[in-house]
Amino acid sequence: MSEIDPITLAVLSGRMEQIADEMDATLFRAAFNPIIAEAHDASHGLYHAASGDTLVQGKSGLPIFVGVMSFAVKAVIDKAAADGDLADGDIFIFNDAHIGGTHLSDMRLVRPYFRDGELFCYLASVGHWHDLGGAVPGNYNPAATDAFAEAFILPPVRLARAGVVNQDIIDILMRNTRLPQSAQGDLNGQLGALDLGVKRMDELLDEYGAETVKAALDALGGRAETLMRSELNALPDGRWEAVDFLDNDGVTDEPLPIKVALEIKGDRMVLDFEGTAPRCAGPVNIAYPTAVATAYVAIKHIFPALPANAGVMRPIDVKIPEGSLLSAEFPAPVGGYTETILRMIDVIFSAMAQAAPDMVVGNAYGTINALSIAGRRKNGQPWVMFSFYGGGHGGTPEGDGLNHGNAPISTATIPPMEILESAYPVMFRQWALRPDSAGAGAQRGGLGAVYEIEVLEENGAEAFLFGERGRFAPQGVAGGEASVTNHFSYQQDDGWHEPPMASKMRGISLKQGQAVRLETPGGGGYGPSEGRDPAKVARDVALGFLSPEKATELYGAAWKEVKA
Amino acid sequence: MSNVMIGVDVGGTFTDVFVMDETTGEARVAKVPTTRPDQSGGFLDGIGKQVSDLSTVAVVVHGTTAGTNALLERKGARIGVITTEGLRDVLEMRRRDRPQTWGLRGNFDPVVPRDLRLEVPERTLADGTIRKPVDIDAVKAAAQQLLDEGCLAVAILFANAYANPENETKAVEAVRAMWPNPHVSASSEILPEIREYERFSTTALNAYLQPEVSGYLNRLENALTEGGFDGEFMIVQSNGGVMAVDTACRLPVRTALSGPAAGVIAAGYIAQTAGYPDVITGDMGGTSFDVSLIADGQSILSPQTSIDFGMVVRTPMIEITTIGAGGGSIAWVDKGGLLNIGPESAGSTPGPVAYGQGNTRPTVTDANVVLGRIDPDNPIGGKLKRLDVEAAGRAIDEHVGKPLGLSTVEAAEAILTVANSRMAGAIRLVSIERGFDPKKFAFMPFGGGGALHTGAMLDDVGLGRAIVPRYPGVTSAMGCVIADMRQDFVQTINAFVDQIDEEALAGYLQDHVDRGHAMLDAARSSFEAREVIVELDMAYLGQTHTVAVPVAVTIDGGKVTPPTRAEIASAFDDAYRATYGRLLDKGVRRVMNLRTAVVGRRPKFDLETLAPEGGSVEAARKGTRQVHFGSKWYETTIYDRLALPVGAVVDGPAILEQPDTTVLVDPGLRATVDKFGNTIIAPLEAD
Repeated sequence: MSEIDPITLAVLSGRMEQIADEMDATLFRAAFNPIIAEAHDASHGLYHAASGDTLVQGKSGLPIFVGVMSFAVKAVIDKAAADGDLADGDIFIFNDAHIGGTHLSDMRLVRPYFRDGELFCYLASVGHWHDLGGAVPGNYNPAATDAFAEAFILPPVRLARAGVVNQDIIDILMRNTRLPQSAQGDLNGQLGALDLGVKRMDELLDEYGAETVKAALDALGGRAETLMRSELNALPDGRWEAVDFLDNDGVTDEPLPIKVALEIKGDRMVLDFEGTAPRCAGPVNIAYPTAVATAYVAIKHIFPALPANAGVMRPIDVKIPEGSLLSAEFPAPVGGYTETILRMIDVIFSAMAQAAPDMVVGNAYGTINALSIAGRRKNGQPWVMFSFYGGGHGGTPEGDGLNHGNAPISTATIPPMEILESAYPVMFRQWALRPDSAGAGAQRGGLGAVYEIEVLEENGAEAFLFGERGRFAPQGVAGGEASVTNHFSYQQDDGWHEPPMASKMRGISLKQGQAVRLETPGGGGYGPSEGRDPAKVARDVALGFLSPEKATELYGAAWKEVKA
Repeated sequence: MSNVMIGVDVGGTFTDVFVMDETTGEARVAKVPTTRPDQSGGFLDGIGKQVSDLSTVAVVVHGTTAGTNALLERKGARIGVITTEGLRDVLEMRRRDRPQTWGLRGNFDPVVPRDLRLEVPERTLADGTIRKPVDIDAVKAAAQQLLDEGCLAVAILFANAYANPENETKAVEAVRAMWPNPHVSASSEILPEIREYERFSTTALNAYLQPEVSGYLNRLENALTEGGFDGEFMIVQSNGGVMAVDTACRLPVRTALSGPAAGVIAAGYIAQTAGYPDVITGDMGGTSFDVSLIADGQSILSPQTSIDFGMVVRTPMIEITTIGAGGGSIAWVDKGGLLNIGPESAGSTPGPVAYGQGNTRPTVTDANVVLGRIDPDNPIGGKLKRLDVEAAGRAIDEHVGKPLGLSTVEAAEAILTVANSRMAGAIRLVSIERGFDPKKFAFMPFGGGGALHTGAMLDDVGLGRAIVPRYPGVTSAMGCVIADMRQDFVQTINAFVDQIDEEALAGYLQDHVDRGHAMLDAARSSFEAREVIVELDMAYLGQTHTVAVPVAVTIDGGKVTPPTRAEIASAFDDAYRATYGRLLDKGVRRVMNLRTAVVGRRPKFDLETLAPEGGSVEAARKGTRQVHFGSKWYETTIYDRLALPVGAVVDGPAILEQPDTTVLVDPGLRATVDKFGNTIIAPLEAD
């Protein structure tokens, strides 16, 4: 391996990041489906030719993909090795979550990049498609007991062989989605992003030479590792545990513990999830790649300046117990993976808070709240309104948590209410912050939200919800308190009801004029609530963030004596 | 007849004045310190330096950062909001985003606190149906409550008011009848476009700025009038056009990027006049490098921007991409041994290490100083006596040289290489995102520092040549004098092409054109031409991102003939194919918004009047100095740039100095002075 000078390295580092960023931009611009176009539920990067390790990843994609994409590439490397015929111009495609992580909605395209007849690296593109068949439109099926009930499953196959696209694969895919036009648009966008990546790599290698770029990629991995080790060295040695719970798996109403022991020793860290619940019947299982990638997401949040490079994880040993719901085998359902990995991040934060309270924040609201409302219009046209909803972020060492943020595993924004109302026969009676929803603390959590959605369609509608935190509220850290639980209710002729599984519900029928109401958790607090300035409590009361009763209950009566 | 035009650009550090006397063809510039918090002091001082008798002045055009600063520093007025029941928190909830992807830190305070956001019973549905008529008594009570709370302005924000403004209009009438000043902003007036957060935010920020900005502009206008000024006073908008001062007082949110926009307008005009209609501008300031692209003489407009996290302004603005690589950006080596530039910046205070004002960490400017590219004895701006080259060298050595095992000079070159690479990356991304090949463009540096990095941009991006305007330090002020008058209008249509209500479309279009022409009629300037630009934001059903589709309309005697459905469909196909390469089988075409711009073309002054008269290359020679390029020192000739005659040819290595700018001509490059006084820099072999 040739040595590379530090100046060329700094330049190449920026150039390669830009290639991934341009691939992101290409797909976002071309995608039809708002989950990619608006919510940026997609990602692109460069991966190691032999190991599949992440070398560079775009900055705009979804955080969870930073760790998980290398598993998708590794799956393709294994398949190509087994077949023994990898060629320039091949493109692999699959959505199998047990092999590539996350869930079946994420379509992965992997393309080997050749230089002078030799494999140089892989380029990959992942994007969340709108619909891939299965029992429930949009593929969030809270009652799925295997992957077959979640979506159509495509293992890694060749979409193109030596530059020639296999139309048969596209035909199979298009026959297995409720929204073929959207799927075709997304597929074209992903292919376009890969084409652009190849073009940019060609230009880069023309300019700098393959040897230099390869040396830079190796050096960047080494430097990411050095960075991580120096961060760990600065932390105290020790072992800290944390546990939290999922409400249930949507099938059996029993809490499921997620447990971590975080150990730091010199420049190494171990994250051991021993003690976590075994594989369950419902879809809150996750595949092993997802679990490892989630540890990466938590680490990136704790050390935000570290690069998106696999070198960061070399000093970190992630232990996922076999048979647990964190390493579920095919065909266990994994559609609700978002809830499980949010809880993994929560416990890692809670454990880390004991080691270095300044480096973490209180738990965020901790549930994606995938709510879909669907029906048929008078003319028979089907409609599906599907979206995720927001909640509060945790209090931080510097200040109160953010009100109504997005989930730590995502950077997705919420569609505008007016766009939803114009596209679907619904009206939001309320789109507001939820008072008394923040975890108390010296720095309180951010507030959760209230969304109340009325059905305007004469034919009525059906509602599905996949959520969590209905029984266990997000935790505070460093002495801060928990916030409040997620609360879902729905209107029927005889009044308001709550689903038996707390935040999971399938197929509630709603008549015209009836509504669903989602009240999401705020974030956990940071630091003991006795440490909160009474003037800030009084201000929260004046703004209506806190009711007077709750203010006194959480912080005592001192706020009544001060001016807001 | 008075024939003096004055452009004034108030920036963070300096107030620049550009004076053009059309009768004599004489141009003069002045640079004075910006006064704070009231910028009018520097404004009048700057004009006073060049013009003694304001009665000779026909036009004063102002590019202002008053609005931007008020937003960034949260110095707007105490305001209130009256909104639909159930929706008081839209402004605070944003689009459910967060300040940074990683770290989960950071917070957001909206400009209107929750206790000043009041709800009233009313509701309009997405199709324009009024589900619940507005309760006017509740509106009046809310307005009274806000007045009692000391609010100086109010924003009225109703759901779906873009689809049917009736409820909102009734509420606005009631509030205007009782509000003691003109500061009442309505969402359907400011931005009748779908997307409640973007519309509410733009409207609320407008209200937030109204008292402040209109107060400032009125003070200026009064001071000008008292000084004998009897001409027209106009303000540059973010879209690069100017508007009358009373429009600016009503719509201050449109000034959010006023100053930078004027710079891009001037750059476009200068480049096109010099024969380069495709140009990428690079404005290098203390903390940032701002890139903008002009294709075929047209600058690109973006529909919205975020002034800061959660502070969305949706009104057309000249697209300017900013990266944190300015002269004051700090160079540092991370724990993994990688050299980084920024985002931390020493700004202009304390500034680079060489300024000797307390900063000890090396900046991009320090690298330029150590390499001899900036004259340490004549610092730009005139505030400092001398730059401390030794201190800059020590800082570079300690923070970059030692950790990387490089000599001081090598480390300084490394800092510039990485900074240049980032700037080049910004240029590449800006052009690629827009589907242009950057190699076809010329580069125009302006601002104090841009011209030091010209050679690197040509080399890194492969741009053919650079064009350095004669007065790069006052480009924005010059742009004020050049900019056209312009007003933008938008209306959400949200209909399939084959179901479009042609009568309603015609009505909206006619209204836009009437209002635009009325604005031009009210202006005292004469216009060379009037132009109406109509675009539709369109997409296939199911697609989120819209394509801007230009459509032709005819206007005869003020009456607009709108495009037919067939014309709209075919215009969409053309625009879609140009953007995405192919059309979609069986796709249903949808029109989201109608956008109209009414432009009055102002007479342009002749740029040749800026050209130098007489002089010789020899006479412009000031001496020589050691300057480092690549891997060695060159004995480099220094020229007084403004003394170089038209047609002068100077081969690199050379440095052309003028009071506010240093132009670097790298070895292998040739600088030529064109007939407008611009310096064209291109590789020697290209000639």
